[in-house]
Amino acid sequence: MPAHEAFRRKDLVASLADSVAREAEGLGELKFMHVCGTHERSVNAFGLRSLLPPNLKIVAGPGCPVCVCPVPELLAARSLALRPGATLASFGDMLGVPMPGGSLLEARREGASLRLVYSAADALALARADRGREIIFLSVGFETTTAPTAALLASLEREAVPNFSVLSANRLVPEALRVLLEGRRLGPEGSAAPPIDGLILPGHVAAIVGSEAFRFLARDFGLPCVVAGFEPVDLLEALRDLIAQKRGGRAELGNGYSRAVRPEGNLKAKALMAKVYEVRDAEWRGLGFLPGTGLALRPEFAAYDASSKYRDALPRGRGAEDREPAVEDSGCLCSSVILGRAEPEDCPRFGSSCAPGDPFGPCMVSEEGTCRIRFDFGGAA
Amino acid sequence: MARAAFPSPYLDSGLDSAILPAEGGRIVFTTDSFVVRPLFFPGGDIGRLAVCGTVNDLAVAGARPRFLSCSLILEEGLPLDDLGRVLESMGKAAAEAGVEIVTGDTKAVEKGRGDGLYINTAGLGFAPEGLDLSGSGIEEGDALLVSGTLGDHAMTILSSREELGFRSSLKSDCAPLGGLVGELLGSGARVRFLRDLTRGGLAAALNELADLRGVSLEIEEEALPVKEEVRALSEILGIDLPSMANEGKLLAVVRSEDADLALAAMRAHAYGKDAALVGRVAAPPAFGKAAPPPGSARVRIKTLAGSLRILPRPSGEKLPRIC
Repeated sequence: MPAHEAFRRKDLVASLADSVAREAEGLGELKFMHVCGTHERSVNAFGLRSLLPPNLKIVAGPGCPVCVCPVPELLAARSLALRPGATLASFGDMLGVPMPGGSLLEARREGASLRLVYSAADALALARADRGREIIFLSVGFETTTAPTAALLASLEREAVPNFSVLSANRLVPEALRVLLEGRRLGPEGSAAPPIDGLILPGHVAAIVGSEAFRFLARDFGLPCVVAGFEPVDLLEALRDLIAQKRGGRAELGNGYSRAVRPEGNLKAKALMAKVYEVRDAEWRGLGFLPGTGLALRPEFAAYDASSKYRDALPRGRGAEDREPAVEDSGCLCSSVILGRAEPEDCPRFGSSCAPGDPFGPCMVSEEGTCRIRFDFGGAA
Repeated sequence: MARAAFPSPYLDSGLDSAILPAEGGRIVFTTDSFVVRPLFFPGGDIGRLAVCGTVNDLAVAGARPRFLSCSLILEEGLPLDDLGRVLESMGKAAAEAGVEIVTGDTKAVEKGRGDGLYINTAGLGFAPEGLDLSGSGIEEGDALLVSGTLGDHAMTILSSREELGFRSSLKSDCAPLGGLVGELLGSGARVRFLRDLTRGGLAAALNELADLRGVSLEIEEEALPVKEEVRALSEILGIDLPSMANEGKLLAVVRSEDADLALAAMRAHAYGKDAALVGRVAAPPAFGKAAPPPGSARVRIKTLAGSLRILPRPSGEKLPRIC
């Protein structure tokens, strides 16, 4: 039986679900948070929440890099797309994200030049094919997507492509979790008990950074955490491990995705990322600045850094010390949804004035967005 | 060129309108426009789509498709060879479907103002009196059948788009279904409802039926006929299989006792070889959180993992995920 089928076997799923329900009995309300849009998609696609006992909840955390791309970076992208002689190459999800003045797609009416790409390599191919055109790749994603972009930029040391550049909006997951936990910002507020009981860790990010990158969660915050794959069996096994830790009063790091994740991660990928990028403070849409959670191209790669190459043309950026209030997404619950403080269904706009065809906020645009996923799968299931 | 590709005394008459015989029964009339990109893809092209799409709308209404109109909007610069290939394909599809293209129009627009070629077809057919395929007689327990593998057309189109950079051996399932419908209706199975699966696939058709008739429907993911390659691609691209478009498949709701008879009839036909029972008309489900207003319908799918989840109407175009 192919591997993906084995991890979906009905009998395995049923017996794991039973096991989870039994082990969770008597432990009170349990909330485990994941931080990955793909996990939320799996949870919904397999109807996993309907298999869990009533005291056990899976909460979606900040797992969507598109959703957290801040407005100033979106505005920068749009101004580059409108620049004569330039084309913005971007993943599809980014094109529809609402921002003041209209999305990237809507900017086409004013002459913005956009190309949909599926990878940085696609964007580079565009630049090679048309040397007279400035191709700017809007680089969005967590570590999983950043690694291939780093590899690509590193390869340009051997063969320059001067009309290519990258606008880096990449974000880092482990550090973001640290900052949010230190600020007591994750999970429902206002309860005496810890807001979340443990974390289901993102399998793809962990494949790059290694499971050890998340050990601080157990060590410094006393949170049970388990790296999980994306099949129903993976998620249920992770839950079972987390519940066992709760039962035993332990807070440890587990790796339930050892078929893809090593403790040290992908060393080659990490080396390439370190070579090309340096860590910077970064703004997360709706969350403000989270120190140390963004990536900027190192000075050696300035020729490929769109924020430096086009510095004079870009709207004034923001720094952590900026007192000017960020553009507010008034009436959008996205920033609460991504912290696990609200469910999409709590939002009065959900499904009515905010739907994929007419999104009010970013969480309804991206296929990694919690609101979009809930909408696609018909509500909490 | 058109008259060579699909010879017809009506077209030869040189009149602006085709004057057609009324063939008894009720007149069934439909139209669709076709703007597919790319124009040519494995298993078909915009021309074949334009004929089959309209023929199928007639067929699932219980009509014998008879006459089609064909309007072309050509972008200046469209290679004549391409146009020739499309017209020839339309002629072949029409012949296979047993329909005549009897009237049409051609317009040209400047370069940059059209995607090469747009086609509109309108179709006329005749349905016997007393045949009701609108689903008004649907009952709990009725069987939900599909005529074959799902998602073939959507995946073929996706893999034909260069940007995606993968090749597959898939072919579009674009096909005229008049013959298959004839076999099904002639089998003696009591058919309540027919719909051809197009954009939005089975998920769209089931939701339309649920909304139209206020019924609740339940299907099983395990029972969905799907080619291995389509399933694999849908996983990689993160696209939900039941939402993927088809062009030569239909959904049939038949009386529970007649499911086997209907399946046998479809499987005996070239375009129904993989017909399968995929679900049932269920009793209205007991609602949990966010209960919909009383009387509203639901479509649900039992996943491979054994759990039940809602299968909503698909929204918009599916793009692959980014991470």
